[in-house]
Amino acid sequence: MKMPGARIVLECLKRQGVDLIFGLPGGAVLPIYDALYDFQGLRHILVRQEAAAGHAAEGYARTSGRVGVCLVTSGPAATNLVTALQDAMMDSIPIVAFTGQVPTHLIGNDAFQEADNVGITRSCTKHNFLVKDGNDLGPIIREAFHIASTGRPGPVHVDLPKDILVKEWDLVWPDQIHMRSYNPNYEGHPGQIKRAAKLLARAKKPVLYVGGGVISADASAELRELAELAQLPVTQTLMGLGSFPMEHPLSLDMLGMHGSYYANMAVHHSDVLVAVGARFDDRVTGRVDAFAPNAEIVHIDIDPSSISKNIQVGVPIVGDCRRVLVKLVEALREELRDEPPPAVGEARRQWATQLAEWKRDFPFRYEWSDDVVKPQYVVQEISNATGGEAFIVTGVGQHQMWAAQYYKFKHPRMWCTSGGLGTMGYGLPTAMGVQAANPGKLVINIDGDGSFAMNSQELATCFTEGLPVKTVIINNSGHGMVRQWQRIIYKERYCAIDLPGIPDWVRLAEAYGCVGLRVTKPSEVVPAIEKMISTPAPVVLDVCVDKDECVFPMVPAGGANTDMILVAPTREVRDKAAKSQTGF
Amino acid sequence: MPNGNDPRKHTIAVLVENKFGVLSRVAGLFSARGYNIESMSVGETLDPSVSRMTLVVRGDEFVIEQVTKQLHKLIDVIKVTDLTDESHVERELVLIRVNAEPSNRAEVLRTADIFRARVVDVTAVSFVLEATGDEGKLEALIELLRPMGIQELVRTGKVVIARGPKARVRRVEPPRKPRVADDPKVVGFAD
Repeated sequence: MKMPGARIVLECLKRQGVDLIFGLPGGAVLPIYDALYDFQGLRHILVRQEAAAGHAAEGYARTSGRVGVCLVTSGPAATNLVTALQDAMMDSIPIVAFTGQVPTHLIGNDAFQEADNVGITRSCTKHNFLVKDGNDLGPIIREAFHIASTGRPGPVHVDLPKDILVKEWDLVWPDQIHMRSYNPNYEGHPGQIKRAAKLLARAKKPVLYVGGGVISADASAELRELAELAQLPVTQTLMGLGSFPMEHPLSLDMLGMHGSYYANMAVHHSDVLVAVGARFDDRVTGRVDAFAPNAEIVHIDIDPSSISKNIQVGVPIVGDCRRVLVKLVEALREELRDEPPPAVGEARRQWATQLAEWKRDFPFRYEWSDDVVKPQYVVQEISNATGGEAFIVTGVGQHQMWAAQYYKFKHPRMWCTSGGLGTMGYGLPTAMGVQAANPGKLVINIDGDGSFAMNSQELATCFTEGLPVKTVIINNSGHGMVRQWQRIIYKERYCAIDLPGIPDWVRLAEAYGCVGLRVTKPSEVVPAIEKMISTPAPVVLDVCVDKDECVFPMVPAGGANTDMILVAPTREVRDKAAKSQTGF
Repeated sequence: MPNGNDPRKHTIAVLVENKFGVLSRVAGLFSARGYNIESMSVGETLDPSVSRMTLVVRGDEFVIEQVTKQLHKLIDVIKVTDLTDESHVERELVLIRVNAEPSNRAEVLRTADIFRARVVDVTAVSFVLEATGDEGKLEALIELLRPMGIQELVRTGKVVIARGPKARVRRVEPPRKPRVADDPKVVGFAD
């Protein structure tokens, strides 16, 4: 039976198991919206700006483990979406993005709302397609979902010219996907796994360094089994938060630029470092030649190009994190059957003592104030109020780092943040997607005033679509992270950072039909959080915080992880930092 | 022996799906990752759904390892083979428009003859020469012609094939019947 291409797109989405899409209509995709008019079983959430559709799809994907889908029109809509695509690319989030395109005979004619969509998204997607023949619609959509969700996940873009959507075609739906050029490797090499197990069994100062790949691969249980089997301390990257419970005695919390002192020291002094689903990002390693200088590094990753990209690796294991960890646990159990030499046991005891000392002596900390709200305190109280059981989303900046440092993460897939790209404005639209994927669950967007302003229009979507996202604005009246760098590294030459007091976030929330709350004193924080959580509508809680507060510890860019600044620096430390290689 | 960490030229054969946009994916990868392509040539293979690219890239071991991995990560790339340290034949074709005044006409022709270059166009004041060979030979020819006045020079970029009876860069589906060339006795290092 022939049907219009637009209808085929929707039928294919349904066959693919999609029940929710985020989108914004426009000329080139009108045929799809026309088909959507009486199409059953597909919910469409109308966003207010196209990037928000992409971020919402990311939030949906990250928390549900399924592929997120968004649909926008041609030209400016597609270019607006680019930020979200690159964001998903950097953080390996599986989404499929559909854009409209001018009719095939007009492509290249500078037609109205035309852009070279596939040319533009080529470098910010895992793969992209321009559909030039309606018979390819089914196979391409099938492949798009396959590519997005397998191997190292990522965004896939499908560009749909309008005439393809209008003309009638047969629905072609391949039973199987066979791509000779794309066959990700899931099983780690047994020999390498054995080598890794041998190293771990004899390690005197082992550390597990785990990232977002553990979450993508749903490998948290296996990770915990491995850690507990050989009492291996675990540090998580920003993207990996939630893969290992923070209150677990083996947790070293986050590592890297704003990670814990004890995590960075542990990695630096380790003799065997096992990276699982992490990619040795510069925000993690600091100066690469000073990163884990004495460690034999094992790297488990599904993406061969991640291995030895930034740091030379001794034992590379290409494969799915979960499957490799299962095998690694087996192999390690085998190795541990023989009692390790007494020297190893003794060294391991010393290592555990050393780690405990670092944890005790250098915890995350801040100066309490009775007068002004400390941002860290707000996150602590959110953590207390939710018991680590809420979905947490953030924007980008200081608040993001405080959320990562002070929230006690318990479960995987409950944390969404823009790790790789650092996309300000990520918070609210992503939280929307999380809420849509998890109806009835508590979703809290911890945002900054600068970051929130970039996509605050989505409050309208939250209101109209019944998505009761709770936003806590850590409001320091400025671009706090920029201010922090200008203070510490650029000799307090503050430039272009002030966002003084406008808009009034409470009134803005109310203008969008949401509930607005404000807090200016520490004593008001807990009641306000409780009120926010118990309000069934979308809420914006504006918390006016100490604008001078900085995120510590901090490794200045280009510095080694051992050069951590632990507290507000003295002039001499600032001068030292100013001499280091700088740059965001 | 060259140290593995010294930058040097690598010749990489890449089998790709013969689809539109593949060339820009490969070229885009190089610009996005900051690698330089020294030359690139593309053409269909025996299987018309597959194209073969020959890339010449300069880099140390780590760069080339990343180039290879990143190429392989492209969805449309089927196979990547670094032929640099394989025994192989490489050829490039060059067309050269060179001055041919009465005073040096004979000299140009003699030089062309030595390099087995052919004259493919001739006027009262110029020749166009066609030459094939590996990089060294073509460079030598160009250097000898330079004093006579080269007006224009066009190169195809390198194409490379491994020596020996077996394809190093295999086709995706193995050939159905054994062919004459599969008999090692038939194949020599003729050139």
